[in-house]
Amino acid sequence: MLVEFAMQHAWLVPLLPALAFVIIVFLTRPFRKLSAIVAVGSMAVACFFATLAAYGIFTNHEYIEKPLVYATRWFSLGLPGMPDLRVDVGVQLDPVSAMMLFMVSFIATFIFLYSIGYMEGDPGYSVFFSYLSLFGASMLLLVISSNLLQMFVAWELVGLCSYLLIGFFTHKISAREAAKKAFVTCRIADFGLLLGLLALQIVFGTLNLTELAEKIEHFEEYTTFGMLTLIAVLVFIGPIGKSGQFPLHVWLPDAMEGPTPVSALIHAATMVVAGVYLVGRTMFLFHEVPSAMQLVAVTGGFTALFAATIAITQREIKRILAYSTVSQLGYMMLALGVGSLTASMFHLWTHAFFKALMFLGAGSVLHALHHKADVWEMGGLYKKMPITTWTFVIGGLAIAGIPPFAGFWSKDEILVAALNGGHYVLFAMAAFTAFLTAFYMWRMIFLAFFGEENPANHPHESPWTMTLPLVVLSVGAIGAGWLGTPWYNIWGEWIKFGHPHHGPVNYGAMLLSIVLAAAGIYLAYMLYLKDAKKKRARKMAEWFGPVYRMLYNKYYIDELYLWFNHALVDGTARLFYLFDIYVVDGIVNGIGAFARLSGDGLRVFQSGRIQNYVLIFFLGVLAVAVLMAFTGPSAASLVLGGVK
Amino acid sequence: MPAISLTHYVVLSALLFSIGLFGVLTKRNAVAVLICIELMLNAVNINLVAFSKYVTPTDFIGQIFSIFVITVAAAEVGVGLAIIIAIYRNRLSVNLDDFDWLKW
Repeated sequence: MLVEFAMQHAWLVPLLPALAFVIIVFLTRPFRKLSAIVAVGSMAVACFFATLAAYGIFTNHEYIEKPLVYATRWFSLGLPGMPDLRVDVGVQLDPVSAMMLFMVSFIATFIFLYSIGYMEGDPGYSVFFSYLSLFGASMLLLVISSNLLQMFVAWELVGLCSYLLIGFFTHKISAREAAKKAFVTCRIADFGLLLGLLALQIVFGTLNLTELAEKIEHFEEYTTFGMLTLIAVLVFIGPIGKSGQFPLHVWLPDAMEGPTPVSALIHAATMVVAGVYLVGRTMFLFHEVPSAMQLVAVTGGFTALFAATIAITQREIKRILAYSTVSQLGYMMLALGVGSLTASMFHLWTHAFFKALMFLGAGSVLHALHHKADVWEMGGLYKKMPITTWTFVIGGLAIAGIPPFAGFWSKDEILVAALNGGHYVLFAMAAFTAFLTAFYMWRMIFLAFFGEENPANHPHESPWTMTLPLVVLSVGAIGAGWLGTPWYNIWGEWIKFGHPHHGPVNYGAMLLSIVLAAAGIYLAYMLYLKDAKKKRARKMAEWFGPVYRMLYNKYYIDELYLWFNHALVDGTARLFYLFDIYVVDGIVNGIGAFARLSGDGLRVFQSGRIQNYVLIFFLGVLAVAVLMAFTGPSAASLVLGGVK
Repeated sequence: MPAISLTHYVVLSALLFSIGLFGVLTKRNAVAVLICIELMLNAVNINLVAFSKYVTPTDFIGQIFSIFVITVAAAEVGVGLAIIIAIYRNRLSVNLDDFDWLKW
């Protein structure tokens, strides 16, 4: 009864946080506690409805093949020479969106709760919660959109919220710069996506997901294969930006300038996976274009390895986590590219738990150490902050891929998917990335939480509103993966594209990933915990000096972009500047100068003496007379202006 | 001694006109310039009457025109002298070289 109500009114889920946004902005802004309660309460109720709706979807088999769509006409336009533009707006519930709906609202609820403690004392407390609510509403709207245009609107809205929240500490110049960088970078990518959507609308005459899925299945009736490839690539540009894939990943690490709950919610668990989700939603498009799938896979695999190598050398706790997020997003893209929606969504699901957990743990540490972010200056925190430490360790085990924690199952599934698809190079890259992931994560954990205490620090455990989300999320980080074990894969039954494949359990890949993870952790242990003075680690950094510096400076990608910006944009601007001052201004000034100079030249004739004028006049008449005498009257009349 | 032909009249007229023009261009005194203009106008009158007599002897078009010219000349002299007197009252001079205020 209640479940059916929730399924039929799934639009309530994004609406509730949107209402919270309006209420906080217009009514409760002066009352800090009340604003927080409104935000957390509305998200909790939304989470309740989302849970019911997801329960309804997952207990009713008919919705796997046929999504539940409630849509209405938004607007329609008749255009000459084109099919009519009809845009619907609605909600689409199927296993993928139901899972996302539950995951987003669940994690958002606990991160909202965490923010109550974390943002204590901030002058923009109420505003912060209004932004968070707006973000929650936009993200949930994105997730349940039945139409790509509607999804695009939500996509831009989450981008806006991301901008507002990264730059939340407006007094920090770095935060403002990071916000601008994030917004501009994502806008570049969104332009590609918008072009892709326009092309879809023009070619297929609809943007409704279900209709598009049917039409693209036999796209030959509408368009050529080349056009479809172009559309797929354009659509993929959007996710490259939003999900921080190479080469547009540069904004994500800088986005850590925002408050930590924002990093956890937006830049780890939810918004950045929107790109992965979009590719998953439009899988019917990519499925038809093998080259686009290849592009997705290679981009993902490369990003995973690339970001992991950078993360090894970084010093700031949130920056390490940010590169780890980029790397894990690469994994998800890789899984999509090799054709496994199941593995990708599974990793998205488990990653949301353990990465949100780790960010919140990092926030707890920063809160205790008064925003001292360098892991080399921490150490021995486990004595004073037991809950934070042990939940963080659980997150570390999960992301490293140690069974039975969540990350192991999803990462293993991606590796197996790559292997089964015959992508051996990508498999090797992903496996090596798994080793690097374990290494850099445990480097951070050993440096920050274990070893000797830094006497300059006076840490303390955080209040319950901050530790409760840590505990709840750590339960997720342990158990979220049990839904999709290779032996009993409920996940694969529900969330899939096409027919699920039931290969034999690949014990070899499983063993390999455990060995790699353990090796990574062991290496980190040897270098950063056992060797208390970290002599060997320093020696290695010296040994690989140029490589170390290149990684520490993130492959100089930012510098490259700056240089490129300098060379291309400023160069073009300089060219146009020269054109402007010499050609445009030259014409205008030239006309003026011509008038002035000719005036200068002619004014000697204006002596003011009548007799001079008479003389000139007479000479003119004489000239006409002479002309007439030698050439006849017609030529003279021509000179005199055509008078006959 | 040959009879007086059109050529004689035209030459006379041209001479008279040239003398007048020379005076207009060279004289400093404004009144003298006005007198020279009268010479030029009368050169025109001679031309008009002569051509009328030799080209269209039955019509009096040239003669009528010359009467108009004489009338206009009289009016012109009246206005011109008035201007000269007004300038003289202001400047105590009728020397045209002093009258260059019309330049930029």
